[in-house]
Amino acid sequence: MPKEDITVIAQFKVWRRRFLAADGTLCGEPSALAGDFSTLIPLYQGMVLTRAFDLKAVGLQRTGRLGTYAVSLGQEAVSVGVASAMASEDVLFPSYRDNGALLWRGVKMEEILLYWGGDERGSHWSGPLHDFPFCVPVGSQAPHAAGVAYAFKLRKEPRVAVCLLGDGATSKGDVYEAMNFAGVQNLPLVFVVNNNQWAISVPLKLQTSAETLAQKAIAAGFPGEQVDGNDVIAVRAAAEQAIAAARAGGGPRLIEALTYRLGDHTTADDAARYRPAEEVQAHWKEEPIGRLRAYLVGAKAWSKAEEEQLAAECQQRVEKAVEHYLAVGPRAPRTMFDHLYAELPAAYAAQSDELRDVVHA
Amino acid sequence: MPEITLVEAINLALARAMQDDPSVIVFGEDVGVNGGVFRATAGLQQRFGRERVMDTPLSELLISGLCVGMAAQGLKPVGEIQFMGFIYPCIDQLVNHASRLRNRTQGRLSSPMVLRVPCGAGIRAPEHHSEHTEAMLAHIPGLRVVIPSSPERAYGLLLASIRDPDPVVFLEPTRLYRSAKGKVEDNGEVMPLDVAFVLREGKDLTLIGWGAILRETLVAADVLGNRGISAEVIDLATLKPYDEKTLLASVAKTGRCVIVHEAARTGGVGAEIAAVIAERGLTSLLAPIARVTGYDTVMPLARLEQHYMPSVDRIVAAAQRVCEFA
Repeated sequence: MPKEDITVIAQFKVWRRRFLAADGTLCGEPSALAGDFSTLIPLYQGMVLTRAFDLKAVGLQRTGRLGTYAVSLGQEAVSVGVASAMASEDVLFPSYRDNGALLWRGVKMEEILLYWGGDERGSHWSGPLHDFPFCVPVGSQAPHAAGVAYAFKLRKEPRVAVCLLGDGATSKGDVYEAMNFAGVQNLPLVFVVNNNQWAISVPLKLQTSAETLAQKAIAAGFPGEQVDGNDVIAVRAAAEQAIAAARAGGGPRLIEALTYRLGDHTTADDAARYRPAEEVQAHWKEEPIGRLRAYLVGAKAWSKAEEEQLAAECQQRVEKAVEHYLAVGPRAPRTMFDHLYAELPAAYAAQSDELRDVVHA
Repeated sequence: MPEITLVEAINLALARAMQDDPSVIVFGEDVGVNGGVFRATAGLQQRFGRERVMDTPLSELLISGLCVGMAAQGLKPVGEIQFMGFIYPCIDQLVNHASRLRNRTQGRLSSPMVLRVPCGAGIRAPEHHSEHTEAMLAHIPGLRVVIPSSPERAYGLLLASIRDPDPVVFLEPTRLYRSAKGKVEDNGEVMPLDVAFVLREGKDLTLIGWGAILRETLVAADVLGNRGISAEVIDLATLKPYDEKTLLASVAKTGRCVIVHEAARTGGVGAEIAAVIAERGLTSLLAPIARVTGYDTVMPLARLEQHYMPSVDRIVAAAQRVCEFA
């Protein structure tokens, strides 16, 4: 083929954002956020609370007081950083590993425990009533986020849908169908891919041969960027920009947050079966909480006394939440028919009676 | 009042719903500029604009998922899946989300949505365009499944489905789109969901069907009438939750029952109805229940489809067997 017939018609770049190196020192372009300690300290507190909650939840599961639980150990910066950039009227679409985001949005710890403890009442929570509940079928919440964002656009409301996904979710058609539509309709929708490198036992390299997950947005016609997902400053800055752009009519964005799942997939999983301990150990050096603490301490914005006080407070709040959770008695069996339809059809009322009779027999 | 076709009745109901309620949004593949491949949404985009009558990408899963998101935000989404053979990517959304959002959030969020789905054989369509797989939908708790068999019921039941606070899959028999005609008053009045319609009263035998096959069923009832057998014909209309009461009352009266459906037999809605009649109406039965259905084969292409679908002859033969049972 003669050379002159070959024309480059499109070229794309994917940027990675990082402000805080693994040792807690500043790197890259200076960010105003890095000096904004009144913003950073609550983020730090949110991450520490999330981890304390997670550890307790695992303990409850191990002692038979909680069902299977999905740990977010090591990924706190993604959940907390993104949620902190949202307005309360925005709508969150969490995956099942986004406890940090839910807590930040006002969901109570005892409500999250109630859900993982096997009680639907946990999803009727104190957080924003318009937020979606945990999504278990991976990636299937992405089309909902597109529907919600379409409603915002139609009603000309300055609100944004924020959809949290894992790296595994990017292999699903659901996610691409939603991204494609969001691009076509220029929707106020921010996709955040929490790339923790593992979808249960399947590593990223078996998930995709693409260099980045961020570039998947490019095929859908909108920008995608990478951030260091263990750098909460970068996550927050990227989320803030993406959400502001979406709110202003700038259309969808995708943020790929690079992090690492330090824990098992869930309490029902044993990651030692499929990944070497050395790999996990190496990633502990990059985890987000120690990193931000080192930075704050180095900047004299955080003290040992404050650290101790925070740890004690988190411990106390978690224990209190556990007490509340354990005090919630089971629902009457018959309530499984509640909220099945707006009004239970006559056809199923008989089944509800049948259950009542069996239980009381 | 002139007669209109079933597809025109659908169009009339959509226009009425959009006129009455600004939160009603219609979308799907080719529904906007083109007015739908069956013309069910003809003229709606011109009348209500591109945002409320929206052409989507070719993305069935997306269409069903958009419904869930829009509904949770207070819109009234009416999505269209072009043919029932293409509904399967939506099953995840229907089972895991649309039908259970209200229950799993204990009423905090819900999915009042309608998914319109043309279905059935008899129009000599290509492969995958003639399916009638309603049973898999009727199995899903939290869902309503509705199918009209006349323009009047298409209008009244579609309006009812759009106003219903829960998710509804609304099946539209393609074979009736243009061939079924009737007078429909555009008065905005709904027909009740979860109610079966007695199309013809009779005393010797109950024929139960839904959708397009009621046409053959009614002809069969005529043939039986000429032979001195008085058949009651019931249009089930809502397949989930269905109206047990009307069915049981009819069987209590006639003592004999034939269930007719276009879908394959095994695990079909007919099996469910037969089970309930056996459970709760056995003592009034004078003969075993019979089913006349599509076969447990892959839906054949056009050349054999008429042999797959229940014919008047098959229905009459089954009815005679049931009536001759000692």
